[in-house]
Amino acid sequence: MLVQQYGLIGVFAVIAFLFPIVTLAFTWLIRPKRSNPLKNSTYECGIETVGDAWVQFRAQYYLFALIFVVFDIEAIFLFPFAVAFNKIGLFALVEAIIFVFILLVGLIYAWKKNALEWQ
Amino acid sequence: MDLRALGESFIAMLENMGIPEGWVLLINWVLGALAVLVVALLLAIFLIWYERKIAGRVQDRLGPNRVGPWGLIQPFADALKLLTKEDITPDKADRITYNLAPIIAVFHILMLFLVIPFADKVVGANINVGVLFLMAFGALGTLAMLMAGWSSRNKYALLGGFRVVAQLLSYEIPVGLAMLTVVMLRGSMNLNTIAQGQGGVFGLGWYVWILPAVFVLYFVAALAEGERAPFDLLEAESEIVAGYNIEYSAMKFAWFYLAFFLNTWVLSAVAVTLFFGGWQGPFAAQLPILGVFYFFLKVFIMFFVFAWVRATFPRLRIDQMMSFCWKALVPMGLALFLAVAIVLKLGLPSAATNALLFIVNVVILFATLKLLGNYTKDLSHNKNKRLFAPELPRL
Repeated sequence: MLVQQYGLIGVFAVIAFLFPIVTLAFTWLIRPKRSNPLKNSTYECGIETVGDAWVQFRAQYYLFALIFVVFDIEAIFLFPFAVAFNKIGLFALVEAIIFVFILLVGLIYAWKKNALEWQ
Repeated sequence: MDLRALGESFIAMLENMGIPEGWVLLINWVLGALAVLVVALLLAIFLIWYERKIAGRVQDRLGPNRVGPWGLIQPFADALKLLTKEDITPDKADRITYNLAPIIAVFHILMLFLVIPFADKVVGANINVGVLFLMAFGALGTLAMLMAGWSSRNKYALLGGFRVVAQLLSYEIPVGLAMLTVVMLRGSMNLNTIAQGQGGVFGLGWYVWILPAVFVLYFVAALAEGERAPFDLLEAESEIVAGYNIEYSAMKFAWFYLAFFLNTWVLSAVAVTLFFGGWQGPFAAQLPILGVFYFFLKVFIMFFVFAWVRATFPRLRIDQMMSFCWKALVPMGLALFLAVAIVLKLGLPSAATNALLFIVNVVILFATLKLLGNYTKDLSHNKNKRLFAPELPRL
């Protein structure tokens, strides 16, 4: 049963990955190919672009990514707890509440430090 | 007609023909995979027409109406046109990442179709970690968009890619918390089991009646996850032209377009499965084909609401959007999760538990709205330009 379901996922993953590649290869056969340097230049607003796009960027994005990682891992940890919820006792519930509160302290810290302000 | 019986009789027929068991299994897998693929692609074609028609009607236009009856053939014509268009890759682009991005976008959205139950047990892969599967492959879409934005080497595309990371990652947390609460109520991550638990006449067993605030949380966060107005900052036409897919043309653009529409459809399908009973409906237990009908009916109504919101609301600013997620939706999601966990552990009879859950949900929803209202009132009274920037009280 288990192998059957996951086998289907494996086969489907291969098909789902090959399908767009095959279609792109097919369009490569039938589409016109008349490129020139002007057409292949970066399109921003019609006139020539100034400067490179690959520059250093704001650290703010990192902050959000960091907070995201913490909360996403929290959610992943809580999923097994949620599935087993009917079978476990009160003690596990108290533990989960403490776990959520520890992370809540982190969120409040980020909030007070103005890490959540978009500047 | 029983769809399961059909499949089983097909397997029996193959075995009778003397094909070894391993090959029967493989043929079965490939056929199942192709069926899901065809359903997904036909849906995408239809959804483009559906969304354009709704947007047209909301904006007092007719929408597509020239090609075929009611313009139904229009998306096919568009797809054919995109298929034969010249594909332009900018000289400066990082070619490998640039070409891989649309492939990953299609891959991740097709994978999501595997775990959605169309009717009782009519599901690509009836695995017991369905919700986790949705979260895992849903996050892959963010990667595809960031790859597209970064590799195009275009300032607008890069800005769009950054906004993708900021927005989609942030709004994944409320979506995850909403799913978590439903999983806790049912005690299973299997989407078919979750849908099975919502029986009852006239949809009285739907989880939306027990957990209305969780549904509101999911819906608002799903609007942002589906890159829809009022949260469509990643492809804000008036600010950054088209966002991450600005440099894409022809079929590669078509793949991003398809991923966008199917993403919204999957989000509506998950909303229907988690909160509106999935395939549940009158006589769905006796006739599985009715389940498919009810499921698609509910999902298209849900999709209509998504499209309606998109056509109606103006866009938010990015600082408002991020504040709204981290300062309103995430605390609300955590509060709901804890409240539901505590109520479920009280050990009351099931009717009393459901009533108490409903009351707790309504209280939390109104408390959140009240707090939001207070902040907006205070700030607009002070003539503050930042309309939505709640602060914690001084400790």
